[in-house]
Amino acid sequence: MSQEGYRKPVPIPTPETQFYWDKCKEHELWVQRCDSCNHPFFYPRFHCPQCLSAEVSWFKTSGKATLWTYMINHRPVPGFEEDTPYAIAVVQLEEGPKMLTNIVGIENTPDNLVLDMPLEVVFEDATDEIAIPKFKPAG
Amino acid sequence: MPDSLRYKAAIVGAAETTDLGVIPNLSTTQLHIDAAINAIKDCGIDKNQIDGIATTMSPAALAHYLGIVPRWLDNTSVGGTSFLIQVRHAAAAIAMGLCETALVVMGQSGRSRVGETSARMGATSAAGGPRGDISYPGQFESIYGTSGPTTLFGMGVLRYMEETGTTHEQLASVAVAQRKWANQVPRAMFRDLITVDDVFNSRMVCYPFHLFECCLVTDGGGALILTSAERAKDFPTNPVYILGTGESTETPVVSQMYDLTSSTAFKVSSRQAFAEAGISHADVDHLMIYDAFAHLPIYGLEDLGFVGRGEAGAFIEEGNTSPGSKLPMNTNGGGLSYTHTGMYGMFAMQEAVRQVRGEASHQVPDVKVSFCQGVGGMFMAAGSLVFTNEPPH
Repeated sequence: MSQEGYRKPVPIPTPETQFYWDKCKEHELWVQRCDSCNHPFFYPRFHCPQCLSAEVSWFKTSGKATLWTYMINHRPVPGFEEDTPYAIAVVQLEEGPKMLTNIVGIENTPDNLVLDMPLEVVFEDATDEIAIPKFKPAG
Repeated sequence: MPDSLRYKAAIVGAAETTDLGVIPNLSTTQLHIDAAINAIKDCGIDKNQIDGIATTMSPAALAHYLGIVPRWLDNTSVGGTSFLIQVRHAAAAIAMGLCETALVVMGQSGRSRVGETSARMGATSAAGGPRGDISYPGQFESIYGTSGPTTLFGMGVLRYMEETGTTHEQLASVAVAQRKWANQVPRAMFRDLITVDDVFNSRMVCYPFHLFECCLVTDGGGALILTSAERAKDFPTNPVYILGTGESTETPVVSQMYDLTSSTAFKVSSRQAFAEAGISHADVDHLMIYDAFAHLPIYGLEDLGFVGRGEAGAFIEEGNTSPGSKLPMNTNGGGLSYTHTGMYGMFAMQEAVRQVRGEASHQVPDVKVSFCQGVGGMFMAAGSLVFTNEPPH
């Protein structure tokens, strides 16, 4: 997709999320893990949500996930008119954390979108600085 | 110091705005004022006796408009349950002597959008616009085409249905059951009886939610006046005593709930209220569960402990919350049929108060105890209250 043509919302990174978006730009999905209690987590933070340790590290995920749950929006949202109806989904990464995303590469219908189906991450280049992680059926 | 809020305070004044539904001639501020004046008239109090004020808008603006000089304020703003939590805080303030008479007031031009200056709910990213924003929902939700509660609040429902065997028919039956109540409520926006097929034939808004499984969008407001349980006897209205209270929060990012098929805040909040009230579920004669969408009464019945895991859909479908049942729920028709300005919690409390007073449009016989459960944002926050008309022994 041409970057000038990208009309969907684009995130504005903050200090605690900059690394995540920098890696997305390289088409890699990284999340964090606590060095103290080993808890993996998303969304990006400076502290572990389980034990509040500030000793947290980034690691590269496999990009594999399963479909946890979803809704299919039938009302056009600015930037998403051509996609409607489209799924807004929660996927669970192989490493544990859950994240909101879109499902691409398959028509977004209840019959096609089966809970627990295997998925893998893909990236949509939105601007020179931002690529958005989305998921497609694995394989 | 009081060790509980049980029987420390009572509601003596309660009223909604004069009109309800579509009110293009009143701004958000004026909806607050209309509701406040109606509540003042309801209990006949001299407004100068009100020395505490709670609202999600500017307490100073409302106090000054009403010519009240408060010595206690609360501006808790965690979505539509804020007013239940403010009632809890008002009861605590009265118990501690921080004020003697508190006004809890809300108004919202949710439909006509007259004088609405802020985002309707703190949990969504509507303010971000097409350029996104720096908030967590802005960075990690709105980029995927979310558009407020219709696209996020029910996110866990398909998972819940998969895990429990709950059916689409059972989800639709929530709207059907509540319309049976609204059918005899003149102020309800939707009153015509509907079937499960009618729900399925209504427009798909965001799968699995059809239009009739989503709340209304209306204008309106409401106000409550509280004072000490002791002083409540001096008013002409029958006191509605605060028996139990609770509050909690979970997350402003719905995809990051601890469990998308259950509300942690519902559980924490309701358990506090049951424990403080010293009642069991069997003691509850009337129940309000904030229903912005059809799954909320299902989550609520389970998280509050009225039924077991996975049982709520069948419970509602079989009529156990409908008129004439053992657990009358959302007896004004709820957010799905009565009204929903965006922050519905005040209206849930107003109906609970009417039922406990015995003056509801679709009155349940012999209500002594009403349990009222609120939700704020999208499972962001919760507030619980137990009301009774039985005086302290």
